[in-house]
Amino acid sequence: MEKLKKIPFSETKEMKSLLEVKDFSLSFPQYKKGFRESYIEVIKDFELTIHPGEIVAVVGSSGSGKSLLADSLLGILPENAEIKGKIYFEGVALTAKRQQQIRGKEISLIPQSVMALDPLMKTGQQVQSSIQNKKEKKRIQKEAFQKLGLPKDTHKKYPFELSGGMARRVLIATAMVSEAKLIIADEPTPGLDEQALEETLTHIKQLSENDRGMMFITHDIHAALKIADRIAVFYGGETVEIANNEDFLGKGENLRHPYTKALWRALPENDFKALKGNQPEAGEVFPGCVFEPRCPIATDFCKKNKPKSAMVNNGIVRCFYAES
Amino acid sequence: MITFILKKLGKLAALLAAISILSFILISYSPVDPVRSYIGAEISRISPEQQKNIEQYWGLNQSKPQQFLQWAKALTQGNLGTSLIYREPVSEIIIDRFSASIALMGLAWLFSGVFGFLLGILAGMNEGSLLDRLIKSYCFILASTPSFWLGLLLLMFFASWLGWFPVGLASPAGSLTGEVSFADKINHLFLPVLTLSIVGVAGVALHTREKLIEVLNSEFIRFARAKGESGIKLFWRHGLRNISLPAISLHFASFGELFGGAVLTEQVFSYPGLGQAVVKAGLGGDVPLLLGITLFSVIFIFVGNFIADLLYVVIDPRMQIKPSHD
Amino acid sequence: MTELISKYLPLKRSKKRNRRKRALTFSVLGVILLLILVGSGFLIDTQGLVVNFDEANSAPSWSHPFGTDWLGRDMFVRTVKGLSLSFWVGLLAAFISGVIALILSLLLLVNKTLDSLVTGLIDLFLGVPHIVALILISFMLGGGLYGVIIAVALTHWPRLARLLRAEIMQIKNSEYISVSRHMGKSWFWIAQHHILPHLMPQLFIGFILMFPHAILHEASITFLGFGLSSEQPAIGIILSEAMGYLSSGMWWLAVFPGLMLLVMVAVFDSLGRNLRKVFDPFKGQKH
Repeated sequence: MEKLKKIPFSETKEMKSLLEVKDFSLSFPQYKKGFRESYIEVIKDFELTIHPGEIVAVVGSSGSGKSLLADSLLGILPENAEIKGKIYFEGVALTAKRQQQIRGKEISLIPQSVMALDPLMKTGQQVQSSIQNKKEKKRIQKEAFQKLGLPKDTHKKYPFELSGGMARRVLIATAMVSEAKLIIADEPTPGLDEQALEETLTHIKQLSENDRGMMFITHDIHAALKIADRIAVFYGGETVEIANNEDFLGKGENLRHPYTKALWRALPENDFKALKGNQPEAGEVFPGCVFEPRCPIATDFCKKNKPKSAMVNNGIVRCFYAES
Repeated sequence: MITFILKKLGKLAALLAAISILSFILISYSPVDPVRSYIGAEISRISPEQQKNIEQYWGLNQSKPQQFLQWAKALTQGNLGTSLIYREPVSEIIIDRFSASIALMGLAWLFSGVFGFLLGILAGMNEGSLLDRLIKSYCFILASTPSFWLGLLLLMFFASWLGWFPVGLASPAGSLTGEVSFADKINHLFLPVLTLSIVGVAGVALHTREKLIEVLNSEFIRFARAKGESGIKLFWRHGLRNISLPAISLHFASFGELFGGAVLTEQVFSYPGLGQAVVKAGLGGDVPLLLGITLFSVIFIFVGNFIADLLYVVIDPRMQIKPSHD
Repeated sequence: MTELISKYLPLKRSKKRNRRKRALTFSVLGVILLLILVGSGFLIDTQGLVVNFDEANSAPSWSHPFGTDWLGRDMFVRTVKGLSLSFWVGLLAAFISGVIALILSLLLLVNKTLDSLVTGLIDLFLGVPHIVALILISFMLGGGLYGVIIAVALTHWPRLARLLRAEIMQIKNSEYISVSRHMGKSWFWIAQHHILPHLMPQLFIGFILMFPHAILHEASITFLGFGLSSEQPAIGIILSEAMGYLSSGMWWLAVFPGLMLLVMVAVFDSLGRNLRKVFDPFKGQKH
């Protein structure tokens, strides 16, 4: 894989952002005893900025609401979902109406599962439907398939005739042929072996050419580090840290949040020491820091007060004890 | 494809053979005396000797296996025997009666399929809404409704009370078949078809609803929405395509219930179809007719299931031969 | 699909709990209603069944809530008696069919030949229209009440047997069964200790859901004229008699008995579906 193009954080600051999410929260109504309605917050205090040409990974363990994040940006959440906060796309507020207009055109999704292909429609047709240039759609689709190394007759095939890897490339092709400026890859490498992972990541990396921005949602910090410029760590529905790729070095001294450090140390090539305990369930309410129950350096102060996000060493962190 | 058809035909042959043997055994152990039921109330006027003669004529004095072999031999030659009540060849009665029934069953099948499918789509598209709940309750109530009672109510309301339709028979009494006008036929078909259609809606509607909800929650619908598709276009491109084949297939596989419904409906409306004939045969101890119609109904159901399976083979690109019933 | 379930987990879980509670409430209500019905069938005064020409053909009133027929018999008493007959026929039929289904499906464990015989038998029964099978069997038994009961009892097992068979197949292939097998346990032991406990909910729900079918089929076959004679109070008989009085404007002869039958069938049906939600919330959710 080619050496990563590094964009220092201070420089990106001046660039015009492609996507900016601030104080974002997502909740679902829940019926508790009687008919009183209450809400479960799945995502809270989420923040993220993506610049053109940049790949930002959102790393969090499974079930932490990452897919819902993708759905929120695209505006395809279930009807009962409630969202708060600000989302800007190219500097303009991303309203539900605007989402509907640009969904699939300027923001494109690479879904997690190969089940995302309609089982009864030929792959060529499925890819062509997201090409804006209707006259050239056959040619564009053909080129994309070629670029991704798909056999010539793939467009005539139904999803069930494809291998898992081919289906995955068809999904990537869908994003490739669109003229989207922002691509949301929602866990595109689930349980792949080393070789397939490398291959998929290379294809995804190709997509960020032409100044496209990408949000790469994954639970695999490895995969994230291979292609992402920055990494947002998602814990208990919150962004606890946004670190630069080069912060992940050695024992993780440059990382800011104890959770990120723990994640990094849990990797086999590092200490291979897993953090005890589980992620909080959606809906659990903490008066203080979400990570406090499992945090090795937590104090009584963390129990009662919620840390705000702060700039530390060119990164963003939500911890009272982040070393600067 | 050819092996598929041959396999199915082989299965049909085995099924028919098994059913002939089983139903022959069932019928031959019946305490109903065919001679008695043939002659009816005048049995006392006939001397025991004459009775013996009739028995001999019909081969009733032979052993059971011999009787079966004789019947089966005739069967393979296309001879189903002669009906005791109608005194006509069974095959002719079946053809005649079936041509009346097929109009009733075919129309009801078509209407219930179309309306059931539409109701199912309406409910599935609005899952959890008031409309969905109404359609669902309607279907569950229908599934619990005795079809003959519904027929009775319709008959009472439209025919007796409002006087819009005749009370029975496929054609006005006393007129020859040639003279029956098309309008007359419609007039007599309307209520039976309505009954059978209303009852048939429930199954298709509930199935379609469930399938549609499943499809709407699928990953490929989420992806299609992410690609910017929505509303009717989304439903047309991805929804309909994925729910119509299972629904049509299921509807073909429901010929058994259709036949059962027709038996009851024909009885209520005294519609001279196959269903009425089988009831008469059963009540009147008309063994050849009962056996003949049983075999015919087995073929009828089989054809439905066969088409249901065939649809998957021909239409579904995945070529999976799925079991269609249940 | 696993992704989808985990995605909306917080919502679904709370909804499910609520649903199960509601399902349980409805089940209890259904059982109470059925108990009242069966109990009143026992206790009701049969005085109303006596022929009484003075009160013949009267429309519904306080003394005869469902009206009377042309012989002056009280239609309410006849209906309740008929429903209680339907209940017992349904109970017996569902019980016998349940036992047949269980035994036949367990043959899967014995050997392959027996199992393929069972599947053949299932196909055979499902290959004939249900009504025709009922007619054939009750014809063989020479009609009568017993003819009807036996016919209904002998024809309702195939679907349940197929369901149980699939279930057993699944359990049979699971790991702990093969472990048991390796430990030298006999199939009989395994069936008793591992399979039957798993089948119980399915069997019980299948048993309840057989009721509505059995009751409707009993009424249908009686309506067609097989079996019961006109003195016996059965809904099928009442409705087929009502056919003769359609044009006389005696609507109550058909409306109430049929409606009561509908209610009883619907109660059983919803009882079965609700119990499925309680016992097997995952499958129940789909309905």
